[in-house]
Amino acid sequence: MSEPLIRLENVSKSYPGTNAPAVGNLTMDVYEGEVLVLVGPSGCGKSTTLRLINRLIEPTGGKIYLKGEDVTDIDSSVLRRKIGYVIQQVGLFPHRTIAENIATVPKLLGWDKVKTSARVDEMLELVSMDPAIYRDRYPKELSGGQAQRVGVARALAADPDVLLMDEPFGAIDPITRDRLQNEFLRLQQDLKKTIVFVTHDIDEAIKMGNRIAILREGSEIAQIDTPEVILSDPADEFVENFLGSGAILKGLTLKKVRDIELHDIPALEMPVMRDEALRLLESSPEKTAVLLDKDHKPLRWISEASLNRTTQPIEKSGKPITIDLQPEDTLQDALGVMLQSSVGMAVVVDRGGRYLGCCSIESLASLIISDSGGQAR
Amino acid sequence: MSTTFASNTTKSPLAERLDIIVTPIFAGLLAVIGIAVWLYSDIDPTTAAILAPEKLQRQLVQTIILGFASSALVIVVAIPIGIAVTRRGLPRLKNFLVDTLGLAQALPAYGLIVIFFSFMGAGINTVILALATFSLLPVLRNTIVGLEQVDQAVIEAGRGMGYTKRQVLWEIELPLAVPVIIAGIRTAIVINIGMAALAFLVGGGGLGETINSGLKLDRSPAILIGAVMVAILALVFDFLSALAQRYLKPKGM
Repeated sequence: MSEPLIRLENVSKSYPGTNAPAVGNLTMDVYEGEVLVLVGPSGCGKSTTLRLINRLIEPTGGKIYLKGEDVTDIDSSVLRRKIGYVIQQVGLFPHRTIAENIATVPKLLGWDKVKTSARVDEMLELVSMDPAIYRDRYPKELSGGQAQRVGVARALAADPDVLLMDEPFGAIDPITRDRLQNEFLRLQQDLKKTIVFVTHDIDEAIKMGNRIAILREGSEIAQIDTPEVILSDPADEFVENFLGSGAILKGLTLKKVRDIELHDIPALEMPVMRDEALRLLESSPEKTAVLLDKDHKPLRWISEASLNRTTQPIEKSGKPITIDLQPEDTLQDALGVMLQSSVGMAVVVDRGGRYLGCCSIESLASLIISDSGGQAR
Repeated sequence: MSTTFASNTTKSPLAERLDIIVTPIFAGLLAVIGIAVWLYSDIDPTTAAILAPEKLQRQLVQTIILGFASSALVIVVAIPIGIAVTRRGLPRLKNFLVDTLGLAQALPAYGLIVIFFSFMGAGINTVILALATFSLLPVLRNTIVGLEQVDQAVIEAGRGMGYTKRQVLWEIELPLAVPVIIAGIRTAIVINIGMAALAFLVGGGGLGETINSGLKLDRSPAILIGAVMVAILALVFDFLSALAQRYLKPKGM
């Protein structure tokens, strides 16, 4: 890889009166445009490490470079204006409007009013909040999720190259958190910021990170690598324990439905004759078919047994298909759909809702087996 | 009259409005009592002499000056000290100050004025200093509490975005502490106006003179009218501070 954008070199931080350092001799590179997630048990020094980068905490040893420049050579306030910072408690200024909050760093940098105001609106739109509604509101009028959107907008307002995020979605309810995470990933695809992201939640780390650094006590790196490698090849017992028993399941969030081979379940297109359907089912190894409407959209699971049991018209027999998958969905989503489905399979459709094929638990299992077999030493 | 020490800033709007409505009603009632006493009681020449309008006017002005000067002194002294001791590294000094000044407030104001008199002699300055010492604590304590109750996350966010320490103080901490600090100032003002009635003890003048003459010469209407005027004055200042508290509070809180 190219030159790191942020480089920590033998960095340490110890507080007087304590034996163990909060951060002991940490060397770590962060590359341009990546999301590096620091994850570890609480008290492992991951937040301290983050705050060393923007010098909210001064290191007691070692060097930190930002674009090759030693950060201790820059005035700490000037340095921080160049680095976005998002914290769990958000910390919006309660006596300032949303617009004023977002304009904080631009104002500190001396931007003129017109440019700042345009930027504020742009930022609000970026985080999917209507400027006309929210610009002049005060933070206390926002929900937790909205407040953190504004927190992110505020951190991005002066277009910093680097963003430090300290458990940004930690205090938000699970449903909103999931939505914010997805939106954030979408934003990052366009913005390509260099992000150091702290969390204690390994699932969040796997979802958000291009690379993950798993830290143990004293901010010592237990393993730093891509989520795929960490999941399939944990460096030691500590990492394994930290990943927990569900490592394989967690790995499913990294893969998409399009990665697995689709099962070719025969399709019956409406209108269809009963005899024709029975003949087809006879030849199908699963004894199951998918009934499609005229537009190739899946309607029902039809099985031989269900057809024989009733004399009802074919479009009323079998089980309805309520949820389908698209190739972009994660395998974790797929697993959920399959478990809910009456036949242990999930229908995959394209963006237009047209039938592509089915995925089954067997194909998922074989993918997991071939994966771990391929990467284990 | 509401004497709020380390008062909470999260009063409901109704309570705030009551504050502003009730005080003038009380002041009005007291005024009615005063006027009734003036009109219907037996005013002999001695009483009339004690209650001579030009005398009362002078005493009123003196009381106001005493109240203002001592309150101004308290503000100028207590707020900077409060800011200084809440910066890092001075928690011991902070506790020491709060304890010592608590002691000063535990003394009767009477005693405090006499102590200052024995050092400084008679005069208005003695009174101002004694009152300021007495009412320093509420302002100091509210300044400290006001600054310390500012959400650490807000300060951290401010620092993290590149505010200098000074900017954090002026742009974040002080504006957010204003409601609590003003509550302390309000308490101090009311204490000072009330205690200014004791100024006559050391030749500081004020409405205490009227009350004192009434007592010495056994003229109840004079005592009553003097006391009512002190009370109304305190209520008026409390009302003005309540207004200030309301309109100086940062928006969005």
